Amino acid sequence: MKEYVMGNGAIALGALSAGVNLVSGYPGTPSSEIIETVSKYPHKGVHLEWSVNEKAALEVAAAASYSGCRAMVTMKQMGLNVASDPLMSVAYIGVKGGLVVVSADDPGPISSQTEQDTRRFADFCRIPVFDPSSPEEAFEMIRDAFDYSEKYSTPVLFRPTTRVCHAYASIEVPEEFSPKAYDGFEKDPKWVIFPRLSYINHGKIEERNVKLSEDFSGYRFNTVSGDGQKAIVTSGVSFSYVKEYLKDRTDVRLIRIATAFPFPESFATKALEGVEEVLCVEELSPYVEEQLLKLCGKHHLSVKILGKLDGKVPHNGENSVESVSGIIADFLGDEGGKEIIDTSDMPPLPVRPPVLCAGCPHRASFYAVKQAMKGKKAFFCGDIGCYTLGNAMPLDMVDTCLCMGAGITMAQGLKAANDDAVCFAFTGDSTFFASGMTGVVNAVYNEADMVLCVLDNSTTAMTGHQPHPGTGKNMMGHMVEKVDIKKVLLGIGVKKVITTDPLDLNGSIEAVRSCADEKGVTAIIFKSPCIAITKPKDSCTIDADKCIGCKKCITEVGCPALSLRDAKACIDADLCTGCTLCKNVCPVDAIRGGSRNEQ
Amino acid sequence: MNSDILICGVGGQGTVLASKLIAAAAMEEGNVVHSAETIGMAQRGGSVTSHVRIGSSASSPLIPYGGADLLLAFEPSEAVRNLKYLKKGGRVIVNSTPVRPSTEPEGYDEKDILSYLEKKTGCIIVDGAKECEAFGSAKFFNIMVLGIAVGSGALPIESESMINEIEKRVPKKFTEINNEAFKKGFEIGELSHENK
Repeated sequence: MKEYVMGNGAIALGALSAGVNLVSGYPGTPSSEIIETVSKYPHKGVHLEWSVNEKAALEVAAAASYSGCRAMVTMKQMGLNVASDPLMSVAYIGVKGGLVVVSADDPGPISSQTEQDTRRFADFCRIPVFDPSSPEEAFEMIRDAFDYSEKYSTPVLFRPTTRVCHAYASIEVPEEFSPKAYDGFEKDPKWVIFPRLSYINHGKIEERNVKLSEDFSGYRFNTVSGDGQKAIVTSGVSFSYVKEYLKDRTDVRLIRIATAFPFPESFATKALEGVEEVLCVEELSPYVEEQLLKLCGKHHLSVKILGKLDGKVPHNGENSVESVSGIIADFLGDEGGKEIIDTSDMPPLPVRPPVLCAGCPHRASFYAVKQAMKGKKAFFCGDIGCYTLGNAMPLDMVDTCLCMGAGITMAQGLKAANDDAVCFAFTGDSTFFASGMTGVVNAVYNEADMVLCVLDNSTTAMTGHQPHPGTGKNMMGHMVEKVDIKKVLLGIGVKKVITTDPLDLNGSIEAVRSCADEKGVTAIIFKSPCIAITKPKDSCTIDADKCIGCKKCITEVGCPALSLRDAKACIDADLCTGCTLCKNVCPVDAIRGGSRNEQ
Repeated sequence: MNSDILICGVGGQGTVLASKLIAAAAMEEGNVVHSAETIGMAQRGGSVTSHVRIGSSASSPLIPYGGADLLLAFEPSEAVRNLKYLKKGGRVIVNSTPVRPSTEPEGYDEKDILSYLEKKTGCIIVDGAKECEAFGSAKFFNIMVLGIAVGSGALPIESESMINEIEKRVPKKFTEINNEAFKKGFEIGELSHENK
């Protein structure tokens, strides 16, 4: 049957058709839809889970693979940092059933903290990596990845990028999927990592990688087409941008590297025969470019290599047909591009930074803390999730943001260095489970004075509303006992834990004040569901006769449903979710109505 | 058939559904289709685009600048922001109802934007808020605009294919109202075509 799916869907369906037995992962743009797709198709006999974080996901999958299962782990590139501890070690130990680690890179970055390159991670771990250029290829390649993993008994990295993950295409998929038959775990010293074993395996891995490089030299997705003394070497989605520019031209050699590590050396050497100049078009790091420079040094090739390292291609940001076209035209000496409408005279356009949704409970939580701390010296450590958007004006409530879970530990560090300030940490419910809990233990143990604000909206909102341990649902479709954040905090030894509804502004301000005044670690759980999983019962309206046009609601709250029309505040009824935060701010009681249904 | 359609607007306006319906209808008519969406942090009130590429000659998931045959803009300033994607002589259908960013609520005058669009392109301007009034929410613009595109002949897809996909992909209880929105759009589109 033909299915029109996102690249992430193609990866999921490819894995299912490869007989995957277990899929685990942690949500992160641009990778989240892989596990969601598996859950939407028949997957009887497949264990499916959102793990608490990427490290847990990889460890679960590794053990299944030791038992002979085919296992896939999904994450975004930052998640690979979290999973790097088990990944480095499992690279030494090896696998039995195919183990594919999907780490989706995000050039731009569009929704990430870094522009790191998973291909470099593969080199660092000394394990193979596959780099698809389209959803169609991703579907084919993920199946190859399982085969190679089993053939060489090694975990394999699979690296799509945002434009592959979020592009849609038609895929021909089997009517039915059947998970692979497997033997189960057999005890063997080879599964226990020890220095001596690592020493032996290290040698074997390097020998294997020489063989893999030869094997990859004949791999179907390492391709060369066209001819000429000039070549373009590319990888990933950039391959499709280059093709869009070249169309049917054959006067330039187009070389595509789909397996950056182990680099297919003999393939590349042969592809470069007779070539005098090479332009490398790739995103993130100049990985292939460096491999070519190495190759030229090793074989004394007199080939000029151009790319990021000589400034022809920018190091940062994502490629596009436009960016790539200019660079290629310059390289090939082409003249005259496509005619484009001249927009150099366009009027100024509004900037649209991403903001918290209208009625988002996070806005109310931040506002309550802001009000409670007015006139006091306070630092606000943010974290990763929708609530990072609390940094936008007028809230301006995120002073630091680093990585998952860091808000809690950084609040401790700020307090240690700034004793005169009240230090707050903001964490979401999913982030709390992913990597917040250890930070709280650290804070309690090391006698920190800080206020932890858990913004509990009962979902993993930013990445598309995935369930987590606090929601009472898992990916096997089971209703399970909710892990209670309050009980966890009390169990760790947090002395004071207050649960408050952020939409009750006065109650919330009171809760913040009482925690801020206390020594030790205190916590406030701001509990109110994400607006995407609630329905407004009654939106707010402005009484235009009463409104004095002071704009306080707009400048204090910054809700997207509020705007100024004819010098009066105005509420967009399609956007308003009836949170009533603006009502609390209006000095003349001009805002009416507003209420919402719980979940 | 080869046709590139760029859909743009502000996160939350329903551009994704519109692009999915175009893609599905084009496929039902036997075409190869590729598309791409904005997903993630930028969805939260930011500028969003969907690229739909009908035909087998497309390599890149994103439409190149100067390549789009049709620009469906759910918001005037977003139309101008994405004008660089439009082919010279390409068509534009734009919703004249502005979405003002909360960070600069008084910040821009849509009249300048619309007159700029008219100067640069032969565009169909539709007062989305007014035309959607009968349906109770401005959010129905995402279906209405498909009707306008088909009715005006700017989108080479049969009306029936589009209606079929709406019925397949929209929750049952909203089918009727969405069909109404499509029909209303179709009439607006036809009228604009006759006026040409």
